[in-house]
Amino acid sequence: MSKERIKIAPELFEIMPPEYQDLVDRATYGNETRGWKDIGNAKELIEEHSLCAGCPESMAFRYILASLPNPEDTVMVGSTGCTSLVFPHVAVHNIHSLFGNQNAIASGLKRALSVRFPDRHKDVVVLAGDGATVDIGLDMTLQAWFRQEKFTTICFDNELYANTGGQESGLMQKGFVAKMAPVGKTFEKVRLPEIARESGCHYVVNCTVSKPNLVEKVIKNAIHVAREIGPTYLQLYTPCILEIGKNSMEGLQEMRDSEKPTERFAYKEYVSEPAKELLTEIAAKEKERKAAAKKQLASQGA
Amino acid sequence: MTTRYKVMPGPEHFLPPSAASMGNSLPDPGQGHIHGSIVPEEQAMEEAAKQFLAAKVPTIFPGPLVLWAWNEKAAKKAKAIRHLFETLKDCVASTQTPMLIPMPDYRPKYPKINPEIEINPNHPNLTIWHNKIDACIFVGVHCHQANLSLKIIRGGTDCYTIAMCAQAGHEDAMLSVRDTTADKILRLADWVKKLKGTVEPPK
Repeated sequence: MSKERIKIAPELFEIMPPEYQDLVDRATYGNETRGWKDIGNAKELIEEHSLCAGCPESMAFRYILASLPNPEDTVMVGSTGCTSLVFPHVAVHNIHSLFGNQNAIASGLKRALSVRFPDRHKDVVVLAGDGATVDIGLDMTLQAWFRQEKFTTICFDNELYANTGGQESGLMQKGFVAKMAPVGKTFEKVRLPEIARESGCHYVVNCTVSKPNLVEKVIKNAIHVAREIGPTYLQLYTPCILEIGKNSMEGLQEMRDSEKPTERFAYKEYVSEPAKELLTEIAAKEKERKAAAKKQLASQGA
Repeated sequence: MTTRYKVMPGPEHFLPPSAASMGNSLPDPGQGHIHGSIVPEEQAMEEAAKQFLAAKVPTIFPGPLVLWAWNEKAAKKAKAIRHLFETLKDCVASTQTPMLIPMPDYRPKYPKINPEIEINPNHPNLTIWHNKIDACIFVGVHCHQANLSLKIIRGGTDCYTIAMCAQAGHEDAMLSVRDTTADKILRLADWVKKLKGTVEPPK
């Protein structure tokens, strides 16, 4: 896995727009230690995005793309919603599915990739909003988990249908009044993380995207577990600042407020026994790698 | 062989019909087409060279299939395209401005493309208008995206479109050859060299 696969023909290199030259020269494809700290130092896999100024979803996108362990061999499956406005600008293979169909598409894709590339890790990551994951696509979401399909499902939970003006979604909190839901939600927020656990997901996390290092950790864990063991699910709070009446600069604070211990996005994690074993093994290897790198650095310094 | 529908430089109208829907068919191996009429491949190559030598801003649009060095074949084609461009530069008059503008991928760009340095299949007319391109060659563009672009160009500009297709040709271009290899691109460069000075350059 390396940049070898994205070489520009030398005779035509100089006519390519600078962002493509940068992608080849300065992106982190093939770098096993890639992570959110590369943001600002290396070429990101997301070009300019078309989301609103200050949208937490754009932060989430950047952290996730920086944290993919294997971007050159990853296919992301999206669905209708604000996320679908960003996918055309990312330098990772992606498929836009029919609204709600994302987990069905990902199931077939993952199986086909496993047959076509038996010797290579091909990661499939579903990234969709709460409407696609919990309302319109709940059937496909659950069935994929029941079948133990080996891919990661990420839900950008903004607690309503933001892209179409603020209609009620299953993940909206009880009593919330939105622009297109003036009566207020009459039932509780669907507890999808618990449902995911009961449906067979091996790694489930519910959190916000306020801390980039945490996002990196959960993304990497979820992808590694999905690769080896079975389905994983991440529910990330990416509030729609417009629909909840906040300003551009207030998204981060909104996430911090919502992740306090008694709040609905307090960090929640479920790891199955086989997943625990795998993650412990990966952590040990990582520790070894870091120690070796430190030793090598020290010997070079001496 | 003649067809009912002639694929001519536009501007035709906002949504020109696909030439296939008007009954135009694709050339067989060894053939090409000019305005929808099937001709021997060599005749199409000669006409393409003439069109390029007669244009004010003859432009080559290489697509992702040749811009990225996927494999040896792609790299060879890229080399041939560069040779074609250099030959064209040597063969045109000072009143002409040959250009080589890439179509790096098919994603719609936000907030907009820079039409000076790239072309996008979703709005190729912007690059044509901006650079006042009056003849262009598509090469290394996937079929569907090429057809989309060619129709938009025909609909909104007066640019003469030529498609050097690696598959079966493009009925939506004004001129097309099929089964394009690096050698075929070099042959077109030879035609440009051969016809140098025989075509009246634009004033």
